[in-house]
Amino acid sequence: MNVIVCVKQIPDPAQPGELDPSTNTLKREGKLILDESDSYGVEMALQLVDKAGEGEVSLISMAPNGEVSGLRTALAMGAAKAVLVSDPDLAGSDALTTAKVLAAAAKKLGDADLIIAATESSDGYTGTVPEQMAEVLGMPSITFAKSVAVEGGTVKVARQTEAGYDEVECPTPALVSVTAGVVEPRYPSFKGIMAAKSKPVEEVTAADLGVTPVGWAGADQQIVDVAQAPAREAGEIIEDEGEAHLKIVEFLEGLKVI
Amino acid sequence: MGIDNIWVFAQETNGAATPATLELLTKARSLGGTVSAFVVGDGNAIASTLGEYGAAKVYSTGDLAGNLPGAAGAAAMKAVIDGGDRPDLIMFPQNYEGRDIVSRLSVKLDRTVLTNNTQVEVDGDSLKVTTPVFGGEQLVTTTFTGEGPFLAAFRPKSFEPAPGDAGAGEVVSAPVPDLGATGGAKVTAVHVEETTGPKLDEAAVVVAGGRGLGQSESFEMVESLAKLLKGAPGASRAIVDAGWVPYSMQVGQTGKVVKPSVYIAAGISGATQHMVGMKGSKNIIAINKDAEAPIFGVADLGIVGDVHKVMPKLIEALQGR
Repeated sequence: MNVIVCVKQIPDPAQPGELDPSTNTLKREGKLILDESDSYGVEMALQLVDKAGEGEVSLISMAPNGEVSGLRTALAMGAAKAVLVSDPDLAGSDALTTAKVLAAAAKKLGDADLIIAATESSDGYTGTVPEQMAEVLGMPSITFAKSVAVEGGTVKVARQTEAGYDEVECPTPALVSVTAGVVEPRYPSFKGIMAAKSKPVEEVTAADLGVTPVGWAGADQQIVDVAQAPAREAGEIIEDEGEAHLKIVEFLEGLKVI
Repeated sequence: MGIDNIWVFAQETNGAATPATLELLTKARSLGGTVSAFVVGDGNAIASTLGEYGAAKVYSTGDLAGNLPGAAGAAAMKAVIDGGDRPDLIMFPQNYEGRDIVSRLSVKLDRTVLTNNTQVEVDGDSLKVTTPVFGGEQLVTTTFTGEGPFLAAFRPKSFEPAPGDAGAGEVVSAPVPDLGATGGAKVTAVHVEETTGPKLDEAAVVVAGGRGLGQSESFEMVESLAKLLKGAPGASRAIVDAGWVPYSMQVGQTGKVVKPSVYIAAGISGATQHMVGMKGSKNIIAINKDAEAPIFGVADLGIVGDVHKVMPKLIEALQGR
């Protein structure tokens, strides 16, 4: 079984985010890391391929600057190869363009039984790309999967809902978006990290894939203003020395909650 | 031109229109023009409510027969648009179904989609939407520069719902066309998790726990305190991912947006992902042992201390009342 996983390389979320004042988009300079949300999809794919006993996991990613450090992490976990769409003309692309590009990259890799993506990235969290990709590819999809199994050409998913979960079945090929926590992502071993250095990462441009890069101009949206949100007034912060719970009781009394 | 024709993706739960649906209809009405509701499922049960909140017309696909709403809803909407009713704007709630439908529809219409919005206003023939970023610290305003239909998804509780003075909406059938391969996914069983007490996104008091609780057993403190205050227990993504509590308890970007009058965060550091879901609470109490935790930046009352010491004493004090 062959599985393609969509991965995003993002600025380290531990560092505070910043908008580029000239373009008003998220700054993506410097080292990028594998989005933690995607590590679940990579792990899920590796487990499915392991269970099937044949096939491999491939990665697709899009980044404006040829960045591969996040991809290397996923390769070190056990993915076999990657296609990186790197093209300065893609800077400023909206989610729809991203989906078109990733769909073309998936096609380039060829017949996959399953395409896996996270439900949303940790930096942009638009949350539309997986389902848009499925539509571009004319594929069925199951979103918000909290467990995934593949048996004889059918993918079976427990799909998270507002009220609980649904059991959903779908013939492959299909696209599945997985929630964080679906599996425990493995840590890359030293051997895996060494092996990842020589695994193939094919770098292509949007034009190579036959997608017209649109970037800023074609995004059909323009940021016109960035403003500071009204800040909450600073509250009272106290150190607990054994009696702080009384302060909470007093606060709740003041609000007439108790 | 202008924004004359607005659709709202409308949802039903237990025979009633969801709060998010009524919020969006109320907002749509205020933008002027005609408002229609689009129900992906059977819309008859809620047509009168939808009408009351401003929908002159209620499109109804009828039962989905096991199809997931994403592919089915988008195809049904596209069929109505191709049939001649072309909206200038379609508003979606930022939730599972809204997200799936708007995504597929954006490809069918080849239109961009703006998500996670909290405000919208008409700007000539276009629209401006506002989106909070970085946990709500900054507000980004974006305008659509292409042609409509403009597609936008809004966070729950962005608008105050209020009924108008119109009667029931006229129900118009909008059947799901043949989905081909995209209709391959079928629901085979539905599981509903039992809940007691007030609903998380409607409770006046929410007590939420995070990784600072240390172990899943400690979540009992959160539940006890919530019960004592007649509130609902909630959780950060970290402990939902860790499997301590079900996803239905998650507060934040990927979970519920809550705006209770009191929010108590126990052992929650305040990641961006969490803050966007609770920052609108009227009063915030935070208990965390790390004085540098971002949650203290939004707290009205912050206790720098160990949840395992503060919470039991607090529970005991309240039990004694």
